[in-house]
Amino acid sequence: MTAERPFASKGWWRRFWETLKYSFHVLFHPFDGFWDLIHEKRGSIAAANFFVFLLLAGRLMTLQHTSFLFLRVYWNKVNIFQQCISLLLPLGIFCLCNWGLTTLFDGKGTLRDVYMATAYALVPYVLAQLAAIPISNWLTKDEGSFYYVLTSVGLIWSALLLVCSMIQVHDYSLGKTLLFLLMTAVGMVVVVFLLLLFLTLVSDGIGYFVSMYKEINFRLN
Amino acid sequence: MKRFLAFFAVCLALCVLCAPAARAVDGYQYSYTYTYDYWEDIRRSPDAYRAKLMISGGALGVPGGLKTPQGLFVRGEDIYICDTGNNRIIQLRLTEDGAQVLRVIDSFSGDTEPKTFSSPRDLFVDENGDLFIADFSNNRVVRLDKDLNWKLSFTKPSDATFDQSMNFLPKKLVADTSGRIYVLAQNVNKGLVKFEANGDFTGFIGASKVRYRWTDYIWKVLSTKEQREQQEAFVPTEYDNVTLDEKGFFYVVTKTFSENELRNGSAEPVRRLNAVGNNILVENGHHFVIGDLQWAAGNTNITNSGPSKFVDVTVLQDDIYTVLDSTHNRLFTYDQQGNMLWAFGGVGNSDGFFNRPVALEHQGLDLLVLDEAGSLTVMTPTEYGKLVYEAIALYRIGDYEGSAETWRQVLAQNANCDSAYVGMGRAFLQQEKYEEAMQYFKMAQDTINYSEAWRLHRMELVEKNVGWVFAIAVVILVVPLAVKRIRFIIWEVKQEP
Repeated sequence: MTAERPFASKGWWRRFWETLKYSFHVLFHPFDGFWDLIHEKRGSIAAANFFVFLLLAGRLMTLQHTSFLFLRVYWNKVNIFQQCISLLLPLGIFCLCNWGLTTLFDGKGTLRDVYMATAYALVPYVLAQLAAIPISNWLTKDEGSFYYVLTSVGLIWSALLLVCSMIQVHDYSLGKTLLFLLMTAVGMVVVVFLLLLFLTLVSDGIGYFVSMYKEINFRLN
Repeated sequence: MKRFLAFFAVCLALCVLCAPAARAVDGYQYSYTYTYDYWEDIRRSPDAYRAKLMISGGALGVPGGLKTPQGLFVRGEDIYICDTGNNRIIQLRLTEDGAQVLRVIDSFSGDTEPKTFSSPRDLFVDENGDLFIADFSNNRVVRLDKDLNWKLSFTKPSDATFDQSMNFLPKKLVADTSGRIYVLAQNVNKGLVKFEANGDFTGFIGASKVRYRWTDYIWKVLSTKEQREQQEAFVPTEYDNVTLDEKGFFYVVTKTFSENELRNGSAEPVRRLNAVGNNILVENGHHFVIGDLQWAAGNTNITNSGPSKFVDVTVLQDDIYTVLDSTHNRLFTYDQQGNMLWAFGGVGNSDGFFNRPVALEHQGLDLLVLDEAGSLTVMTPTEYGKLVYEAIALYRIGDYEGSAETWRQVLAQNANCDSAYVGMGRAFLQQEKYEEAMQYFKMAQDTINYSEAWRLHRMELVEKNVGWVFAIAVVILVVPLAVKRIRFIIWEVKQEP
């Protein structure tokens, strides 16, 4: 496919646009939508990447442009890379854990499918987040419920889409999907723990050699 | 890989575009006078008060000087100090460069024994000059007329609600205009002990509610009897000081709380009690009325750390009150809404710093701080302090224009003064200049007033652009219909042959 439509060629853009538009179909027809997304190749990784990019952009723009009535940002403590990592890392770990676990238990989805489906499932959340920015600047504090309802609806819709996407991608029953979403959450905790452990050990190891180098340097001079 | 790189490049560009402008972080922590902003950061402020006089016990010219004085009272020009360690009261007046002792009260006449004091801890002087003295170690409160003739003693209540196994140890007191007195006694945690003018005990008021969480209850059930005895008892907090404001409400302070309670606002270390004993202190500021928000920073020569512990409170004009903290020896002034106006003071020996401050009173706008180490400091408001008081006073009498003008002068001296931004914003709101008002409210992080200004401005915007609103609505609703119709006609025309 990539061979037929080289990156940024006219055909590529057309397909990119088609797959982007398809996300709206997925929004309202989650079951068919996710099935076709994977099996009829109606989605693309490029579009998925674009949604993840929108997620990051939405987060940053939310921080910057939401009315201070609803969100007050202490800019002294905001680290833009931390903000991006705090979204990308959980997403990445989720996809990996989910794929890893479901592969062991008859899941049909590949890592690519899981990533694509997850990204498409994030669309309502991203859109709600982006829409909430101008809306927050139009509302007063008393009308804040509109803002909160909008953002919560986006979140809940995304969560439901995620469940639907997992059902279709792995060809699971609802119960099995929920169970494996839970297992994925547990798996994510384990992965984070192992990552932390690994990082701590590595930094300790490096620290040992650094201090040894300093000590030797000190003795020699 | 190429795609990944492109994606990454776009991400990076986005980060750069969205990055907020760098903000200067002021590393300078120490200042004599400061306030806190919305983010609990210390904001330096011009000095609101400066020490005018520092009167040491030796300078008074009384034998023995001041020995662990505990109580202070001001009535008109006269200042009364409870010279606790010397068992006497000293009445004095301030002069240009010191103080002049009017009376040294160490005994009185009348039909009661003893006629001297033993560790008097506090006193109150009513408008006729009658003295109420908390004669701590003699277990009584005596009432003397202005010529020091004994009138009445308030002694330990014989009522069952008062724990009879304990001595009556009055440490602080106030009296109302009808001669009723309200006493804070040591080891009494039921609130203020109330005596009628004839000396009868009539109960307690203002006991703080006992709070416990359901987790405490579970622990209590699970623990053994020995463990239960070790646990802290759930008793109401004891107040540490009391004062009366002009309207007859009590202001009390307490030092008994956990740091957690301070943070979540349930500690209420400063309370304004009504006649029934409910706390009616207004806390509409960004932070609770707890003094310092940063518990270790702020002073280069820290001797103590931890939250502020208030030992006294005094109420100035317009319900502005100042509390005295014994952790960092600072004074905190709050306005009627509970916004901190300024904090100043500290540990030290130079003027305006204290060693062991125990009592706080005011004379006009001057603040008097009694130091247990044996000195009285008189602090007087600076130009800046006076401006703030004036701006608040003008607002209270309804002169919003004058208030805004004064706040403008305050801002010229201190751009970190949130109250000034709110004050000016309110004035703009009155003048229907909503956009300016919004700007000022936003700077003070005042969401409620900002919302109000925005609501009015939004109405204005909609009214001004109502034509556009209609036009857009028409375009959105009508154009698709028209397009559909035209398409249908074209389709029909094509069907024709």
